[in-house]
Amino acid sequence: MVGSERFTNRLMNIYLPLVFYIVFLLFPFYWMSIVSFKPTNDLFDLKFSPFWIQQFTWENYTYLFRETDFNEWLKNTLIVSVVSTVLSLSCSIFIGYALARLRFPGSNFLGVGIFLAYLVPPTLLFLPLAQVVAELAIYNTYWALILTYPTQLIPFASWLLMGYFRTIPREIEESAMADGCSRLQILVRMILPLSVPGLLSAGIFCFTLCWNEFLYALIFMSSGPMKTIPVGVVSDLIKADTLFWGSLMAAAVLGSFPIAFIYSFFVKYYVSGLTAGAVKG
Amino acid sequence: MARQGELRGTAVTTGSLLERESSLGIILMLPGALVLMVFMAYPFFLGIWLSLTDSMIGQMGEYIGFRNFADLLTDSIFHQTAWNTMVYALVTVPFKAALGLGLALVLNQHMRFSNPIRAAVMMPWIVPTALSTLGWFMIFDPVFSPISWLFKHFGLITQNINFLGDPKLAISSVCLANIWRGTPFFGITILAGLQAVPNELHEAAAIDGAGMWHRFRHVTVPHIKGVVLIAALLSVIWTFADFQLIYVLTKGGPANMTHIFGTYAYQIGLVATDIGLGAAIALYMFPILSVFAIILLVYLRREE
Repeated sequence: MVGSERFTNRLMNIYLPLVFYIVFLLFPFYWMSIVSFKPTNDLFDLKFSPFWIQQFTWENYTYLFRETDFNEWLKNTLIVSVVSTVLSLSCSIFIGYALARLRFPGSNFLGVGIFLAYLVPPTLLFLPLAQVVAELAIYNTYWALILTYPTQLIPFASWLLMGYFRTIPREIEESAMADGCSRLQILVRMILPLSVPGLLSAGIFCFTLCWNEFLYALIFMSSGPMKTIPVGVVSDLIKADTLFWGSLMAAAVLGSFPIAFIYSFFVKYYVSGLTAGAVKG
Repeated sequence: MARQGELRGTAVTTGSLLERESSLGIILMLPGALVLMVFMAYPFFLGIWLSLTDSMIGQMGEYIGFRNFADLLTDSIFHQTAWNTMVYALVTVPFKAALGLGLALVLNQHMRFSNPIRAAVMMPWIVPTALSTLGWFMIFDPVFSPISWLFKHFGLITQNINFLGDPKLAISSVCLANIWRGTPFFGITILAGLQAVPNELHEAAAIDGAGMWHRFRHVTVPHIKGVVLIAALLSVIWTFADFQLIYVLTKGGPANMTHIFGTYAYQIGLVATDIGLGAAIALYMFPILSVFAIILLVYLRREE
């Protein structure tokens, strides 16, 4: 496909399709951003093209921090995402190492079980899980999310880390064991430092999923200031009057920004994590 | 395992438990397995039990056999829900796969700024769906829709389009938003498959006089068939069991024309507090999800 370098050829094969994809995939973000910087009155003024900003304003953003619980939502989302990610990653390191390196009764069966757990969607479990959360008296506390999110994170993270640990040559471990290191020492001192890219992929994956989660957060954290960003924005900022578009879009932009930021820094790790499951199996 | 009671015993015993592969393996599995048991396996069986009762929220009901499942079979909203879910999960996949393939083929070419472009087009898949869906919520708004504005500006329509309020149009609108969200996933997965195709194969085929279409058909396609299939199966499973995109855009309306299993189970189980019936709605997903999961598992095992 590298063959012909003539401009018309490249135009038809690359640039035109690329323009189509960029417009299609990025237009909603462009739209959200410009609406978030417009004063409400400008939205109603149909003389202007709605695709550009006539008058720039920060008022939609300041409104979020002054008049809504956005600060609280941000704090909640951050706490839940960080703790849940650390918890899931720790469990997944152990599972991934055990499945990659150790032979023990039931390991094959457990490997398949972990993979199937990855395919269990939250919508299948949320009603009975609401009951479990109520029974444990953790409803409307951080624990309700910190403990339930790992069910969605551990399976994929374990799978990914297992694949990563398998790429590390066994000889390294064998020589360390001959020198008298224990298995756990080897895991902590040799395997983990060699697996930093895999850990980053898994960690970013977990954090993103926590930050983006909606269904469990909607049900288990229902009181105003305990909500996470996606749930708070969707359930508290959409009001009956028609004046909310600017701050609604501002909240959507702000809530998406940290994820987009982290992602653009670690895009390589994210993509390798995402495709590891699909390409390598 | 018989000596597990001695875990807290002398250092020598603990050491040997942690050193023997069979015991260490099980010990390492425990923390994660415990979380999955309490918050995944237990709720799953609790859900089966709930679906066999007439429980309401906060009040455990009586065992009523399969009545919830039978009642749903005669519920016209449930029929509509099942149909909508099929459309939503199956009709969108060919679009996502085709658009994703196109995207991957474009991104696989040499061009300037290819890294930032790759990062940017992934955004619909990365950012919180509930929030990006708010963008679509406004794009589909009966008053402020930029699509309506554009069409009106060029004289194609005289009245704004009611994307989400028109019962006939609503399902297409939510499908469009879903295709938008899923296309980058296919794109990036297929791109990874494309990059695994050895360049020599293309060059050899080109020397043999194969045209672009022939090379695509006989070199590229066999290499990416597997990746496309896996991406499609994962996508069907996720879309089938979706919730947030529909919840944000329509909450299942207008007139239940966009309810899918997840949103209808929420509506019945939590809003109407009929948690037994809601659990039955969710469990109707299980056999269909299992079929897709088993196909995926069998395929992956064969590849290994």
